[in-house]
Amino acid sequence: METLITVLVGLLVTVAVYLLLSRNLIRVILGTAVLSHAAHLLLMTMGNGLKKGSAPLLGENANSYVDALPQALILTAIVISFAVTAFLLVLAYRTYKKTGTDDLHALRGFNDE
Amino acid sequence: MMNNIIVMPMIIPLLTGIILIFLRSYTKTQRVFSILSSIATVVVSLVILNRIQHEGILRLDFGGWLPPYGILFVADSFSTLLVVTTSIVTSILLIYAFSSIGKQHEHMFFYPFIFFLVAGVNGSFLTGDLFNMFVCFEVMLLSSYVLITMGGRKIQLVESIKYVTINVLSSWFFLIGIAYLYGTVGTLNMAHLSVRVAEVGQGPLLTVISLMFLIVFSLKAGLLLYFWLPGSYSAPPTVVAALFGALLTKVGIYAMFRIFTLIFYHETVITHTVIGIMAILTMIGGSIGALAHNDIRQIVSYNVVIAVGFILAGLAISSEVAFQGAIYYLIHDMIVKALLFLIAGTMIYLTGKAKIQEMSGLIRNYPMLGWLFFITMLSLTGIPPLSGFISKVYLGQGAIETGSYLLLAVAFISGIFVLYSLLRIFLNSFWGETIISEDDDVPLKKGMLVPCVLFAIMTVAIGVGAEGLAPYVSDAARTLMNPEIYIDAVLQGNR
Repeated sequence: METLITVLVGLLVTVAVYLLLSRNLIRVILGTAVLSHAAHLLLMTMGNGLKKGSAPLLGENANSYVDALPQALILTAIVISFAVTAFLLVLAYRTYKKTGTDDLHALRGFNDE
Repeated sequence: MMNNIIVMPMIIPLLTGIILIFLRSYTKTQRVFSILSSIATVVVSLVILNRIQHEGILRLDFGGWLPPYGILFVADSFSTLLVVTTSIVTSILLIYAFSSIGKQHEHMFFYPFIFFLVAGVNGSFLTGDLFNMFVCFEVMLLSSYVLITMGGRKIQLVESIKYVTINVLSSWFFLIGIAYLYGTVGTLNMAHLSVRVAEVGQGPLLTVISLMFLIVFSLKAGLLLYFWLPGSYSAPPTVVAALFGALLTKVGIYAMFRIFTLIFYHETVITHTVIGIMAILTMIGGSIGALAHNDIRQIVSYNVVIAVGFILAGLAISSEVAFQGAIYYLIHDMIVKALLFLIAGTMIYLTGKAKIQEMSGLIRNYPMLGWLFFITMLSLTGIPPLSGFISKVYLGQGAIETGSYLLLAVAFISGIFVLYSLLRIFLNSFWGETIISEDDDVPLKKGMLVPCVLFAIMTVAIGVGAEGLAPYVSDAARTLMNPEIYIDAVLQGNR
């Protein structure tokens, strides 16, 4: 199971890197979103949560349960990445309104104010 | 438990920020409230600093969950010194903001975001948990995203896209690093991490993870990976740029010191050599950048880069004396960089130009500003009575003791480049023919000059009164050098 998920993480990172390297602003933002999902999946895999196949909180007498910490971490990370993505989308919109382009090549350079 | 006080440097700014949101349209109230609460933060952090000297490292376990299970705040001399400096710098910068930022910003939640930023910065300094540090970083970064874009000028928007993207990427690396570290040693409490890493030995796997953290914090601090820094620090308004220049890179530097002195200190041949090489390249690259540009904002931003290299040379040398030098330099740099950014911003405000060739003879119109710049220049170079001197002495001593002559040479030569790059500004802009006639002199507001004078007084005071700061700094360096002091304080009895 771990191997499968790790391959999936690798696949997500590949997609994300491809998107991040493109010239289109929206694609870059989608790239960051996919990238953060890859990180969340990796956190899940790393917390030894996949082997035991149980819910994290089953009371004191449960026979099997998984470490709840990675899930808490993922939850926090998801909220943060959601906020950042939302901010980036608004930023992209404002930039498009102001400059009339979403091509990153046209947006570079410090001196062309 | 009387240790509740150590959460205050984070809680006060956070609550202030939230309350200020509701005071949006009352500019006067916002100003009074924000300055009062930032002074309160200064007082609280000074109290914490003094308590640490009597009682040792303080810690606060949230919700009564004993470490290593709960999240906790740990205040040692190193982190608290930085908290104190952060609070003081913010207070003074707020005074500058009152007269410079303008109604529009004040109505668009400028002050709340300043306080959220400070909450994030102080939280990152004080936390004893790696994931909590990630969260505090994000609090800080999200506020900085807002502050850098606020105003919505074209250049701000264009630069902030790069800034946000690069920081999203580095946060991703941070998260990945945390995931690997948790998967390998099964804890995130920094003291507990240190114990576990020492138990299993820092093998190749853990060293690779440590290098991953090095990449993360290098991106945040601008160590070698500083390509994003000059652009984004030049775009926002002066106060925001000063806040960024003074605080943001320092958080990355702090994290690097923490991680590589507390957790990953076993394989210094690999990690600290890499840090040393990166520090050297940073100083060289920063020097080239500072000399190559004519835009005063860019020159000042590259000076931030040189300072980052210099401080991390202290980490690479890794002896108690060098740590003392690095800590002195951190404090000195937070104050003087804020001053430098303020003066640069004020020059642009007064002349309406940013290129140094287009300004001339400013010292005749604004003698005070000219002399303040002169003091800043001397302080950054490390001329004796000012605050830069003492740190250079300690760093040099540490470098000689451990035989790191290359680092020593580059660090001190970079000082000459700092001097030259600032001298260029001074000669071009302050000396020479006056181009502004007495009549169309833009008056220099008192509210802009006073903060600069306060910073200048502080840099002199730290230089002259280094003796008074010495017990705190040497305690901080001792804790960095002997991680077991930190570990014992955190894991007392329940190791």
